[in-house]
Amino acid sequence: MNHKVKEPFVRITKRDSMPVWRGWLTRLIGLVLALIVCAIVIFAMVKLNPLKVYGAMWQGAFGSTKRIWVTTRDTMMLLCIGIGLASAFKMRFWNIGAEGQILVGGIATAACMIYLGGTMPTWLLLVVMFAVSAVAGAVWGVIPAFFKARFGTNETLFTLMMNYVAIQLTSYFVAKWENPFGSNTVGVINQTTKAGWFPAILNQQYLLNVIIVMALTVIVFVYLRSSKQGYEISVVGESERTARYIGINVRRVIIRTMMISGAICGIAGFIAVSGASHTISTSTAGGRGFTAIIVAWLAKFNTFVMILIAALLVFLEKGAMQIASQYNLNDYASQMITGIILFFILGSEFFINYRLVFRGNALREKGGETV
Amino acid sequence: MEGSVPAIRMRDITKTFGPTVANDRVKLDIYRGEILALLGENGSGKTTLMNMLSGIYFPDAGQIFVEDKEVSIRSPKDAYDLGIGMIHQHFKLVDVLTAAENIILGMTGKGRLDMKAVDDKIREICSLYGFDVDPKQKIYDMSVSQKQTVEIVKVLYRGAEILILDEPTAVLTPQETDKLFSVLRNMRNDGKAIVIITHKLHEVEEISDRVVVLRRGQNVGDVPTKETNAAEMTNMMVGRSVSLNINRPEPKNQKPRLVVENLTVKDIDGVTKLSDVSFTANSGEILGIAGISGCGQRELLEAIAGLQCVESGSVAYINPETEAKIELIGKDPCAISSMGVALSFVPEDRLGMGLVGNMDLTDNMMLRSYRCGNSPFADRKSPNSLAKRVVCELEVNTPGVSTPVRKLSGGNVQKVLVGREISSAPSVLMTAYAVRGLDINSSYTIYDLINRQKEQGVAVIFVGEDLDVLLELCDRILVLCGGKVSGIVDGRSADKRDVGMMMTKLGGEAGK
Repeated sequence: MNHKVKEPFVRITKRDSMPVWRGWLTRLIGLVLALIVCAIVIFAMVKLNPLKVYGAMWQGAFGSTKRIWVTTRDTMMLLCIGIGLASAFKMRFWNIGAEGQILVGGIATAACMIYLGGTMPTWLLLVVMFAVSAVAGAVWGVIPAFFKARFGTNETLFTLMMNYVAIQLTSYFVAKWENPFGSNTVGVINQTTKAGWFPAILNQQYLLNVIIVMALTVIVFVYLRSSKQGYEISVVGESERTARYIGINVRRVIIRTMMISGAICGIAGFIAVSGASHTISTSTAGGRGFTAIIVAWLAKFNTFVMILIAALLVFLEKGAMQIASQYNLNDYASQMITGIILFFILGSEFFINYRLVFRGNALREKGGETV
Repeated sequence: MEGSVPAIRMRDITKTFGPTVANDRVKLDIYRGEILALLGENGSGKTTLMNMLSGIYFPDAGQIFVEDKEVSIRSPKDAYDLGIGMIHQHFKLVDVLTAAENIILGMTGKGRLDMKAVDDKIREICSLYGFDVDPKQKIYDMSVSQKQTVEIVKVLYRGAEILILDEPTAVLTPQETDKLFSVLRNMRNDGKAIVIITHKLHEVEEISDRVVVLRRGQNVGDVPTKETNAAEMTNMMVGRSVSLNINRPEPKNQKPRLVVENLTVKDIDGVTKLSDVSFTANSGEILGIAGISGCGQRELLEAIAGLQCVESGSVAYINPETEAKIELIGKDPCAISSMGVALSFVPEDRLGMGLVGNMDLTDNMMLRSYRCGNSPFADRKSPNSLAKRVVCELEVNTPGVSTPVRKLSGGNVQKVLVGREISSAPSVLMTAYAVRGLDINSSYTIYDLINRQKEQGVAVIFVGEDLDVLLELCDRILVLCGGKVSGIVDGRSADKRDVGMMMTKLGGEAGK
């Protein structure tokens, strides 16, 4: 028998709720702490002035007009994928197949550029590519959705496997469209005619990317928040039994939503090929299909908050690349910084939902910030 | 008991969850050789208080003394070491293991496991107190009451001297309750301390020696049971005097509304859940459905609502105006409502089926109405005003209509659900365990709402578990036993014992 034993040193209890401003304050504190920890790590490892390193990161992302536009372009790309994932995740459908959906959208776009380039005016070609890439992405999304709805297969594994199929498919088309022969790349498609390239608007090469993605941001925001279909998505996501109880056809909602999710990811592929790289390769998606999962979740599927998150992630990536080259650090050092910052941002979500109660503090801790 | 040292003394125990104070400086003594009833409405902090004794929660403040020594109970293991055992409302048993295996599960011992010695010790405990347990029987073969017995033997096997039972009778028939009470008395006479958590007054009167009443986390009364009565205990529980009689208006203008014939339902494993069930539900009357839990009540309601695949049989709805018969079998809920069948269903699982916990009141009201109109956008204005009306008319206690329903208390959740279901002016209203987990006030609100529907000519099907309530509220009671109709009795003349017999045996007395 153990008689007098001490109260546990620390306990975790769930918070009832937290005002929105305090949630954002906690996230901000998390970000500041992350920067401090990064500074310590940077100084300890490479003996550089952390402030200078942060300055270099800023330079890397926003140092010149061109850099600002590239950062914007990449933010839009990440945002577009995040928007695509949001509707699926809101339905609690773990679509981790965005990579594949982007690639098939990209293949469809590249095919249009190669075979239809020069046969029709640019605006019509863009419309055709938009539609074809959306359909390709939708098909890639509907296949796992159909099997999930019909046979209850695990969508996480299924969408992941579809990524590998898409990568192999891309390799096949890269070999088929190889240019110049023997290079094992497609090269820049239609370099001279620029057929199927996004036209510059107001002299800005990437403005069309922004317009398309911003339009999607607004449309998906309204769709998820106010439409009947968006409402059905939330009900199915929260509770399939409730959905059936009120007569929602759960299978149809799953398939329809994945069609939309896949289509938007396909459009991201269209933007990546036609609006940015003008080529296709197995790294066209480049892991952004996975990074966008963080974007969608951290924003709690609010497409406007996603703009912020996507911008932060792209800023970190650009900044990391800059310090890697400027200070001759290898890639891993910069990836560590990104990792630390993400860890703290995700960690602040824990403190928003839970709080720690220390021994002896049980009654005094009312309202205390516990980060 | 005068002068004896309490087995447990709790002093100034406080526990908070976020802004809610579950226990507020509670003082409680538990004596050996005594059955203590811990009485209180839902959310009054009974279970929280006992969970702190059994090591599930840790108090924010206060002291616990066992046999006059201050202790700190940090885990269920600490509690067992101190001789405290709790039998939870939801059993924690492994289905595929035998009773004996479950009883020794998680215990440490030396070297070889001597199953025979374990069985012998279990039999010894059983014969001492009058339990009926076969150590070799698998849990999945057991009835609810047998499982509960295993749970009790489990804590006794571990040497518990202080037993806490959380609403032990909620799942039992009257006969099983009697059996449980007699073993509890045996244990008391053997010098054990027993606490039973309950909100049923007649059980307090029947079994306990002393009663402690909690209200809003505070100890508001501690009296010997002999010196009090039901009315006084209710006043302490609720904080004001309430009438304990359920209204039962005479049914008027009865006409068949729902005719169920030879309904047979099998689950996905091919196990028959309902077999050859036939009955008629009339307008203007409440048809009660009694039975041990899991006897096909859920399948019956879900089959009528179009949520359950049906093997054979028919469910015909008779339109109150045209008197035309409409077959409901084979239609989904959407098709049923589009045929103009005004069917409302308050399911057993309120937050998992009837409502969406994470959505606010308005969005939950929308569940039934969002399809209206041809616009691609959902109309939130009328659900919003409906939510406000329900909050106002049913006195739902909520910060506002944009609060997620999971944050409401059980009674308020149920008011939201029932409010939505009756707002569509149904002609058939089905409710499953409509007052389960509700406090006295909310329960009476729900009975009133159901009675009002009956007076408006609705055919009400009321699945219940508390026989006293069924016998006071319903006009007729259909008793289910193992998926078959054991009999249909008149609610005004039926005897509780007979209904209890019918629940356990087809046809009751006659089936003997």
